[in-house]
Amino acid sequence: MYYDPFVLPFSIGLNVLLIYLVIKYIRWIRTFSPKDRRTIRRNIFSLKTLKAGKEVFLESLVHHKIFRTNPFLGYMHMCFGLGWFLLIVVGKIESLVYHTSIFNPPYFAIFFRYFHPAQETFPYCNTFAFLMDLILLMILSGLTLALLKRLYSRALGLKKTTKHRPFDLLILTVLWLIFPFRFLAESFTSGVRGGGSFLTHSAGNFFDSFLPIESLAYPAWWAYSIALGLFFLLLPFSRYMHIPTEMVYIFLKNWGIKQGKRFTAISQFQLYACSRCGICIDRCQLGSSLGQLDTQPVYFLKKIRHGKDHSVQDLNCLMCGRCEAACPVDLKLNALRLTQRPDYTRITRSTFEYIPTPSPARNKVAYFAGCMGHLTPSVIQAMERIFQKAGVDYTFIDREKGICCGRPMMLAGNHRAASVLVEKNKASIQQSGADILVTSCPICYKTFREEYHLDIQVMHHTEYLDLLIRNKQLIPHPSDQKTVFHNPCELGRGCDVYAAPAHVLQAVSQRIATAYDDKNSLCCGGSLANLYIRPEQRTQISSDALHAYLAYHPDVLVTACPLCKKTFTKTENAVPVKDIAEMVAENC
Amino acid sequence: MNFWGFSISEARVIDYDKNDKTLAQIMATEVPSSKLCIGCGGCTATCSAGNLTEFNIRKLQMLAKRGENKELQTQLHKCMLCGKCLLVCPRGVDTRRMIWSMLRFINS
Repeated sequence: MYYDPFVLPFSIGLNVLLIYLVIKYIRWIRTFSPKDRRTIRRNIFSLKTLKAGKEVFLESLVHHKIFRTNPFLGYMHMCFGLGWFLLIVVGKIESLVYHTSIFNPPYFAIFFRYFHPAQETFPYCNTFAFLMDLILLMILSGLTLALLKRLYSRALGLKKTTKHRPFDLLILTVLWLIFPFRFLAESFTSGVRGGGSFLTHSAGNFFDSFLPIESLAYPAWWAYSIALGLFFLLLPFSRYMHIPTEMVYIFLKNWGIKQGKRFTAISQFQLYACSRCGICIDRCQLGSSLGQLDTQPVYFLKKIRHGKDHSVQDLNCLMCGRCEAACPVDLKLNALRLTQRPDYTRITRSTFEYIPTPSPARNKVAYFAGCMGHLTPSVIQAMERIFQKAGVDYTFIDREKGICCGRPMMLAGNHRAASVLVEKNKASIQQSGADILVTSCPICYKTFREEYHLDIQVMHHTEYLDLLIRNKQLIPHPSDQKTVFHNPCELGRGCDVYAAPAHVLQAVSQRIATAYDDKNSLCCGGSLANLYIRPEQRTQISSDALHAYLAYHPDVLVTACPLCKKTFTKTENAVPVKDIAEMVAENC
Repeated sequence: MNFWGFSISEARVIDYDKNDKTLAQIMATEVPSSKLCIGCGGCTATCSAGNLTEFNIRKLQMLAKRGENKELQTQLHKCMLCGKCLLVCPRGVDTRRMIWSMLRFINS
């Protein structure tokens, strides 16, 4: 039996942690709705579980998404995630090869160098020693980068890093101590008894030259065990709860549990799965343009988790989705924010009675300009011209008495009021008997797709223009105007429409590639989701975004959202801002 | 008698001392930009709800400032929060936030 009292801190810590996690997760999972539980039961024994396993490997261990933000930052996180995982797995295999019983206690593998007399050889013992040293070196290199990040975060691609609570800084220190302690313990033991490989063996000999390593080896093992045990005991109350929770969340997500409109068990999992890596901070324009550094998802979720007042943060978000697109854990940050906006409206039958019963003409194609479309008549005129050129007969649903699609209400949390508007609009769309519904407004587009449950095809006008061009119903002639495309939040990140506007724009102009293409597009500042910032602050965001685009010196700034167009034109008119429909109408 | 399209308004009194002006105070603190309003009526001209019914954002402000909360309550709910008013305001009044704040207050 291999045992020494120094393994106790580690063993106690690990067991307490495991019991705590099991109880906590079971309590959360029990609060899932019957529908969600059925979804889990249906998918648990399917390929989705394997897919989730792959995602756990790529996200929780390799941290592949962080590599996109910055390779060094990705490497740093990978060193801790994958490095620690390999240290455990390879260590376990090594201990199994040495001592064939699979029932050796967990501490045996962790403290293998202490229990294993170095003179005694076993198959591949040198290879294992080499591998373990290599992995330890990898973690230590990650640790060096982590220290560098604390001192100068820009070196790792972060302008701003998360401000942590003192408690989180304490556990961070404990985490950072674990690996140097392991290194010292293994080196000292190697110096005394031999063993180890290129790293610990050489270090052991080096330390032996000036340190009394014989009397230091045993305390070093104690220190390593205490650091591990303390880390496990502190983990549930710190941000490192993300390590186990993220994995469970990935499985739940792959099994098909969705973040709904309410704060439920899946929201709890997301809350604890946030690692507070701080990647969302630099992405947020409220931070970069207005210096508001307390509203980013990392702080918002932190406030909810620790029971602090978050009433301002609930409202202060553009919901542009830039953070969500970069989040390495794939948290549904916009949906989580929306769960905190309560529905306060008291809607009666008579509230929206003033909205007339619609009776649009019947046609195969229906066009819906949206409120914002009506605010920019040039977009509607361009669309009308395009319909005429392409010889498409259509019915204009909201030409005269149009109403809002309901999304602005939903963004304010007022789902009951929104449902009335949804019903009214749905009735007029269905009355038109259309097969295709084309809308100019990405806000309406997202709502039609996600909330209306229509059984007809819904298209944003960029997609429709793309279709017309592909079908040769429209033959555009490319102009030599240089354009930069501002992909609206709701269209790009919100609905995943990237290819259609790119095709259309390439057909009519010389498009300049920018750093803000696709998922990195900026918010124009006009977002209806933010219920906190003042109009002049909106203008500031808008102006910063505009200048970022204009740095590429386009002849025209093209967008595909009437709200973005209006917001930009209101801010400045150094360069014309046009809708993609206007570009097409002018060039065909 | 409304024979010629005109009628005589009933006599009424607005008692500034008795009327409840909490809403006006809330509006002034939560949405300071509401004080910038010059009453141009741009918001009302563009309003989606105003296109269909008697709904006047400029009037809402006036009602709130006078403390005529009863009429205000019935009016406020007509708003669809679409935000067009915010985009056309030449003075940078956060009209949408103003309505949202008042709605939240009277409903809570």
